[in-house]
Amino acid sequence: MSVLVYTEVSKGRVKKSSLECVNYAANIAKQMGTSVTAIVNNAEAAHIEELGKAGANKILTVKNEKINSDSVLITAMIEQAAKAEGSKVVIFAFDVTGKAAAPRLSAKLKAGLVAGAIDLPVINGNTFEVKKNVFSGKANATYVIHSDIKIISLLPNSFPVQLSGGAATTSDLTIDLPASRIIVKETRSNSSGGMIPLPEAELVVSAGRGLKGPENWKIVEDLANSLGATTACSRPVADMHWRPHHEHVGQTGVAIRPNLYIAIGISGAIQHLAGVNGSKTIVVINNDKEAPFFKSADYGIVGDAFSILPKLTEAVKKFKAHQN
Amino acid sequence: MKILVAISNVPDTTTKIQFTDGDTKFNSQGVTFVINPYDEWYALVRALELKEANLAEKVTLIHVGLVDSEATIRKGLSLGADDAVRINAEGPDAFFVAEQIANYAKANSYELVLVGKETINYNGSSVGAIVAGLMDLPFISLATKLELAGTKATIEHDVDGGVQIVECDLPLVISCAKGMAEQRIPNMRGIMAARTKPLTVIEGSGSSALTSVKSYALNPGRTTCKMITEDNLDELVSLLHTEAKVI
Repeated sequence: MSVLVYTEVSKGRVKKSSLECVNYAANIAKQMGTSVTAIVNNAEAAHIEELGKAGANKILTVKNEKINSDSVLITAMIEQAAKAEGSKVVIFAFDVTGKAAAPRLSAKLKAGLVAGAIDLPVINGNTFEVKKNVFSGKANATYVIHSDIKIISLLPNSFPVQLSGGAATTSDLTIDLPASRIIVKETRSNSSGGMIPLPEAELVVSAGRGLKGPENWKIVEDLANSLGATTACSRPVADMHWRPHHEHVGQTGVAIRPNLYIAIGISGAIQHLAGVNGSKTIVVINNDKEAPFFKSADYGIVGDAFSILPKLTEAVKKFKAHQN
Repeated sequence: MKILVAISNVPDTTTKIQFTDGDTKFNSQGVTFVINPYDEWYALVRALELKEANLAEKVTLIHVGLVDSEATIRKGLSLGADDAVRINAEGPDAFFVAEQIANYAKANSYELVLVGKETINYNGSSVGAIVAGLMDLPFISLATKLELAGTKATIEHDVDGGVQIVECDLPLVISCAKGMAEQRIPNMRGIMAARTKPLTVIEGSGSSALTSVKSYALNPGRTTCKMITEDNLDELVSLLHTEAKVI
């Protein structure tokens, strides 16, 4: 009956979105009077310890190099874990894997799915009410899940991660996987330059056409470095190949919701806003005081980015030095 | 080889979102509806390109919705799809919609089902993966390139933290993202031809909804933007720390 949560280790660490999901599952389990079981592939002792601290009571471990490249295998693994645990609630992150595996599990178990939840469910007997964003962040909808088994994928960065201690028991899960029909020919990692990947980043510094050319990005990177932020860009900048495609945030690119989004030289077209309007705080820097982005910002500076950015970087450095 | 492209009928991106009936329904009064951009620009246009390259015999549109979405379906036909099917039902959730698509694809032996990466109204990114699950087919998400050689598909797609190139034999379900194709504008010949292309209507059937929407609410917009002058950047940093509490 435990709440089952799918977690991932990526680049040697438990993904932040996975820890958020374990926290979220722990809250649901508490409401239901049950425990949390996390499932994880290719984890080491330190990862298991971290999942325990996030609130997992039991961890099912799997060792399989092939699973991660095929949502058919991931779903089969979770389906078998859910059956073994008798789980009525399964939690995913609303990320690349969660968007492929959670709906497939929904098909396999005839279980209602709320994809991209932004809040904890309200439990009314055998139904869950869960809120998610709709209309590209302009509104939210409260969904009711009617089915016996319920699946929720949680929008990353919706809750801060809390590690409050606690140790989990572990158990190797023996699974029977179908043959994969997908053959991986090549995998290329995005060159993130050591920055936190965009979907997980809490601080993001983003720039647009106002920067006039790719050779001018150093002042953007300097500001990002001073904050420990990840860099991003608008669509035209990615389309002109000034910056890599994976940095493009907006409706057609990556949708993000960091704590702080600093937009420099980006006018704020509705398609861009659709990808960033979930950010907690938005700072807009633009030389056009009529730029529509100011209407969606918390703080604004009208002026020349080339003179503002170095000064802002210095101000951040001064603040950080003072903090230490 | 036949391609089935699932299209959704969505409010234009610039629509001012409003709700009605005690915030339980989207208010469609005066709203312009379009083909969901990801379904049109990426899934449909790539399917048409594959047909033009003689790699597919036929491109069929499928839409789950009521009669008022037929203008949107005709737009898809005017871009070059051969025919269309409308499943006459108001889809209560992604599962219901996916079930209709999967049933039709299975019964009519479509070997490739293409969907957009998400709809711009419900943003669930769910229909394609549910279709694949119900049909027991592989699913490749966030595809940015798709090439066919006989029954072998080569797909480039976004994965967590990178890009992956994979091969998979048909049949297959793929969700399409930016990069797959470029937007097309229908020409007059296409628009004329679309009027007489077959649009079959089939009644919806299948499971009862697993989820339903109880109510909608607008997300509060930002009301005031605090303006800061260029010579006062220490104040901005201090506000981000003490007021916004984000650094």
